[in-house]
Amino acid sequence: MVHTTLSAPPAAPSLLHRATRLGAGLADVWADMNWIVRFTAVLGLVLVVLALAAPLIAPFDPNAQSLLSRLKPPMGLAGAKDGYLLGTDELGRDILSRCLHGLRLTLGVALLGAVIGLLLGGSLGLFAGIAGGRVDDLIMSLVDIQIAVPFTLVALLTVALLGGDLTVLIAVLGIAYWEQYARITRGEVLRLREMPFIEAARAAGASGWRIAVKHILPNLVSPLVVVFTVNISNIVLLESTLSFLGLGLRPPTATLGAMVGMGRDYLPSAPWIVAAPALLILLVTFVIQMLGDFLRDRTDVRLRER
Amino acid sequence: MTAPLLDVRDLCVAFRSRRGATPVVRNLSFSVGAGETVAIVGESGSGKSVTALSLMRLIEREGGAVTGGEMLFRPHDGPAVDLARLDEPAMRAIRGNAMSMIFQEPMTSLNPVLTIGEQVAEVLLAHRGIGAREAERAALAVLDEVQLTDPERRMRQYPHELSGGMRQRVMIAIALACRPRLLIADEPTTALDVTIQAGILDLIRALQQQTGTSVIFITHDMGVVAEMADRVVVMRQGEHVETARTADLFAAPQATYTRALLAAVPRLGAGAPIYAVPRAGRAEDAGDTGEVLRVEGLVTRFPIRKGPFRRHVANVHAVEDVSLTLRRGETLGLVGESGSGKSTIGRSILRLVEPTTGRILICGRDVTGLSQQAVRPLRRHAQMVFQDPYASLNPRLPVHELVTEPLAIHDRLPAPARREIAAELMRRVGLPADSLDRYPHQFSGGQRQRLAIARALSSRPRVIVADEPVSALDVSVQDQVIALMRELQDEFGIAYLFISHDLAVVERMSHRVAVLDRGRIVETGPTDAVLSDPRHPYTRDLLAAVPVADPALRHGPRRLALRERRSPINPVGFTPPAQHFAEAGPGHLVAV
Repeated sequence: MVHTTLSAPPAAPSLLHRATRLGAGLADVWADMNWIVRFTAVLGLVLVVLALAAPLIAPFDPNAQSLLSRLKPPMGLAGAKDGYLLGTDELGRDILSRCLHGLRLTLGVALLGAVIGLLLGGSLGLFAGIAGGRVDDLIMSLVDIQIAVPFTLVALLTVALLGGDLTVLIAVLGIAYWEQYARITRGEVLRLREMPFIEAARAAGASGWRIAVKHILPNLVSPLVVVFTVNISNIVLLESTLSFLGLGLRPPTATLGAMVGMGRDYLPSAPWIVAAPALLILLVTFVIQMLGDFLRDRTDVRLRER
Repeated sequence: MTAPLLDVRDLCVAFRSRRGATPVVRNLSFSVGAGETVAIVGESGSGKSVTALSLMRLIEREGGAVTGGEMLFRPHDGPAVDLARLDEPAMRAIRGNAMSMIFQEPMTSLNPVLTIGEQVAEVLLAHRGIGAREAERAALAVLDEVQLTDPERRMRQYPHELSGGMRQRVMIAIALACRPRLLIADEPTTALDVTIQAGILDLIRALQQQTGTSVIFITHDMGVVAEMADRVVVMRQGEHVETARTADLFAAPQATYTRALLAAVPRLGAGAPIYAVPRAGRAEDAGDTGEVLRVEGLVTRFPIRKGPFRRHVANVHAVEDVSLTLRRGETLGLVGESGSGKSTIGRSILRLVEPTTGRILICGRDVTGLSQQAVRPLRRHAQMVFQDPYASLNPRLPVHELVTEPLAIHDRLPAPARREIAAELMRRVGLPADSLDRYPHQFSGGQRQRLAIARALSSRPRVIVADEPVSALDVSVQDQVIALMRELQDEFGIAYLFISHDLAVVERMSHRVAVLDRGRIVETGPTDAVLSDPRHPYTRDLLAAVPVADPALRHGPRRLALRERRSPINPVGFTPPAQHFAEAGPGHLVAV
């Protein structure tokens, strides 16, 4: 715990001071990782940098078609064309460039979607758990409805009605899994509410607000981190599903899911069209799961050495 | 002496984890003769329960293993077998048959979806090779033996329909059904009220005399040891400390540790502290009566709601017409068994539950009419310490924030100032000041309770409601925490409302006591007067049931009036008859 070991900082810590603290903090985190977590952390960092820098490093315009170089295999295979590192798709677009841009969009959409779900579901769950009674009944029946109705169907309908716009997609992905956060949060709140330390805080004179912020929220972090990471992976997959069904972003915009969807017709003859984006989806979900596990253990102060 | 029934030699047990094997029992040797009762005593972490589980070879289920030594046991007349080397099928034939075990927690050691009859018959079917009809008949006979009322009906009941004491009787019935040669009782009465405990101890003793079973009694309670055991094995941190005949051990303990352990045991009749007006008075208190808490006619009932419209169908009468007062620097002990309403009184006073009627004055301010919001600023004057030091501290707060939380709330002190005060508080309660950045789980149980006390102390309260503050602690730690609380009382003039089921602990702490039964005070007065001259039949029962840590004063079979516990649930609108008190001495009141 870096921020507590230092003695009381001056009112406005200098930039340098902050930077050193951040550096020390990161070094601390790195020291805590085992080799496999370090490997995934580096892999994750690479993926994020690639996604952010996609417009700069992509060799081609992801949507530029070149009908003369259709269905070229990746470099190193017979019939490959120079410059197209991962080959081309059925319209002669460079797969590497599309993958980079696709990664950028997919990561952005998944992250935003998961955050929306967390905020929506988390606050509803917190509210249901703290308020109880009718409010709880109402929110939990919404949860039941969400579970009962197949969400792909709802997503299909929404996208069909409102169109395959980026905002619509993010909104749909955001509300897809809110119920998971709501259920976990509510359950945890109900459990925590009965814990003696909450009563101890009340006895000390803490207000409801203070109890929620200071005593309940920090104890929700671990379970929510777990849901969040599982959730990001699910959203990446859901986005792929929607795009695969042709309900994602309008073509030719590249997302990883859409690329897999589009490439399926060519699977027997040009498997590389699907392979590259599919592998990226796999990597992204793997990295998120691993780092999520690590983060959960790290945020749990109880796991620290005595 | 003939060859012992059980001969344990150099037993070593270890738990395996990723960081290698951690030894938990080292080179333990003891023996148990036929018909003998041997107590294994020790504090938490001493390895006494691990020893019991190792004998049953159930330790493997917990992730441990017997790593050395032998446990020679005679399952029947003939040669002894080494339990440490038996394979699982052979062990199964012994468990529940020649050797059986009773566990601490009667609430969870019975299967909730099987009837009592099925569970008792199960062991008979497994080991006796008899038919279902016959097993049922035998089960009924055993239930009768353990003195369960109405055994025919109990046979068809499920565990949740029985009280804790009745369940423990069922556990004993299961353990004794096959007439084992050795019964291992692992803290069988720790979770029970003293009056129920007395009954169970009497029962175990009576059955032992009838059947000649040997008993290994695992306990932390020296009183129970003195009542039950022929010989005692004292353990500490996995090591054998001392073995002696019970009378010798209590009369002349050899090992230093045993002496310290016996000295720490609170003994009933050791005398209560004498009240003196504390020097630590405050300017604003000068001239007043020194009364910091007054409760008049407190009634707390919990509604029972049923049906889709949550109709109010009945009330649980948790506290009925309780009045009490507390002066500065004084301790009032609230004694009672589980369900007597003692905790509810404490929580009602702090408005953690809403009292139904009655008046509560904290430092002269009536808090009953106030809204929760208006009560909050007054909470600084009345703080609370809870029973479970593991659950009552937020695991996510570092210690310096934790112990100064009341200051953050009431004085809105900034973090650096709070840190300084936290260091001072830590010093005061005897914890290392350099542990300010640690988290609660990094402390032991006793240290955590010190943290809880430091937190309660931080806002300089006049009253601290301490709800079983030492019940979860080992005796030696218990002793230190009580000493600390008394020191703090002298220093700051704090008044304690000390809630406990343990009469000896209450005696050490309290200037006055109030005995509670089913939500009502049945007797109250100066501690010495009430405990040496109990007038109410309930107080007498309670005192008679307490095991005395002195084998010379061992009770004969007690004839406790088996009072039918009246349900505290009453229909809406029911008002119990008013209570009247008679004066038995100065300040000593008894309900009539």
